[in-house]
Amino acid sequence: MTNTEKKDRGLLRIDTDECKGCGLCIEACPPKVIGLSERLNHYGYRTAVYAGHGCTGCGICFMVCPEPGAITVLRAVLPPSRQTSGLPHHDAEGASPCASN
Amino acid sequence: MSNQAEAGYVVSHGRSKAFYERFERKSELQHQTHFCPGCGHGTVHKMLAQAIDELGIQDRTIMIGPVGCGVFTYYYFDVGNVQAAHGRAPAVATAMKRSRPESIVISYQGDGDLSAIGSAEILHAANRGEHISVIFVNNAIYSMTGGQFAPTTLLGQKSTTTPLGRSAKAEGYPLHISELLATLQAPVYIERVGLGDNKQVAQAARAVRRAVENQVRGLGFSLVEILSPCPTIWKMTPVESQHWVRDVMEKTFPLGVFCDRTREAQAQTAPAAAPPLERIPEILGVVGAAEPEFSATQARTAEVDLEVRIAGFGGQGVLLLGEVLAEAGLDAGLEVSWLPSYGPEMRSGTSNCHVRLSSAPIDSPLVSAPNMLIAMNEPSLRKFDASVRPGGWIIYNGDEFPPECMRKDVHVLAHPFTHLADELGDARACNMTMLGALLEIAGAVPQASIDAALHRLVRNPRWVELDERALERGRAVCRESMVEEVTR
Repeated sequence: MTNTEKKDRGLLRIDTDECKGCGLCIEACPPKVIGLSERLNHYGYRTAVYAGHGCTGCGICFMVCPEPGAITVLRAVLPPSRQTSGLPHHDAEGASPCASN
Repeated sequence: MSNQAEAGYVVSHGRSKAFYERFERKSELQHQTHFCPGCGHGTVHKMLAQAIDELGIQDRTIMIGPVGCGVFTYYYFDVGNVQAAHGRAPAVATAMKRSRPESIVISYQGDGDLSAIGSAEILHAANRGEHISVIFVNNAIYSMTGGQFAPTTLLGQKSTTTPLGRSAKAEGYPLHISELLATLQAPVYIERVGLGDNKQVAQAARAVRRAVENQVRGLGFSLVEILSPCPTIWKMTPVESQHWVRDVMEKTFPLGVFCDRTREAQAQTAPAAAPPLERIPEILGVVGAAEPEFSATQARTAEVDLEVRIAGFGGQGVLLLGEVLAEAGLDAGLEVSWLPSYGPEMRSGTSNCHVRLSSAPIDSPLVSAPNMLIAMNEPSLRKFDASVRPGGWIIYNGDEFPPECMRKDVHVLAHPFTHLADELGDARACNMTMLGALLEIAGAVPQASIDAALHRLVRNPRWVELDERALERGRAVCRESMVEEVTR
């Protein structure tokens, strides 16, 4: 991600050791930003992979996932204020990081 | 993923604190569950863990695990855990909640567990309105054992035991547990949810949280039935099985709230905990009566090892005879055991019991080689005659001792004890006449202990009086017969 891109509202972290590749998150994801890996993990499963951008941070993939910690959903933090923000680009873009909150 | 990429983000949905950091069960990959890919249990576990987190009840939650794929709750949930026998989770949950009213007790069961072998437990727990939360995971089949038909199996659904599909004629109709329990007056909240799509999953999470929250608020019995996919046994992909929940299963098991009395329900505390053990004698009114009035050391000085088998037909007082003997031994400070053995018939069936009285600790309550046999009728004599130890005694109720039962290595006291009791006023006192004879022979138990035991076990004063006379008469008969034996 570069500073010139629009920052996504959400971000996914996938534990490829824990994921069993059931694919429920892929089916559930509203913006369809999760896919299945080509590589097999330690257990021989193809695992979920985040496309890298487009996550809204809705958390539905986390809800449907049967594993306790295979998926972690992160959400962008709303800067305390535009003046004190160290990320002027985001303000300039007019993103509303916490719209889904 | 690098930390740099996560800068400016915070975790909004992550691993619940109610789960253990690592699951001890597995030698490797200890942060993974044992569930198959796409299993509904995993999803439900997460909903529960999240509810526990959000309600801040982790340190006072007790999970009751089932038998089935959900059995390992104790490997995953960092809360109090008890694993119940098949179907008995609601009964165990009842005990937990009543003995620890401040705890939050969650009974977790599958459909094979709850709706089949455990159908009585859940029905009565619900009917009593136990203050517990029940999570009922319904996948319409016995999955852990390989896919046998369950009470919840859909009509036409194939299983290993209904290979052509369930038919109403042969296997009956799918059991609607939520609807069934909703007809009861006590439950405060019963809802059926599904894991068929995103919307259903979100609703299921809300329902699970509500079921637990109801208990936190002290409202009463809550149950959430969750239609849950089993891709492995249904032989579908996880996504297909998810759709099957929504498109097929839901038609038989409609989703919805079947009972909601949470508004009118008054927050109450759970039923009072059971009284402490020390208070039980007082409550039962046996304080004082249990105090021995004689010297226990007197009995202890003599080596006692009585192994008694008492046999007769049901109704002859076989078990009571044994009980009085054991109770008297207990009173005399001896080690005792009393083991009844009888058929389902209350009258006229055969009945026998094993009694041991010993000055040393008793290893087993079984008496397979008695040194005293009380045979209250002929069949009992024939059955146990050969088992009597050489040098032992047979006390037989009958006019004539059957010659073929005669043994040279045992003592025999044969007498029509029934007639004796009849003369005293009631043939039913026969058992006490025979006990009197036994006590006369054994001599191990002080009279005071026998009186105390009799008073404790026989409530009717008229019977106590009759039994006392019967005991004495039995003793006398025994003494007379011994004199005869000596003078012969």
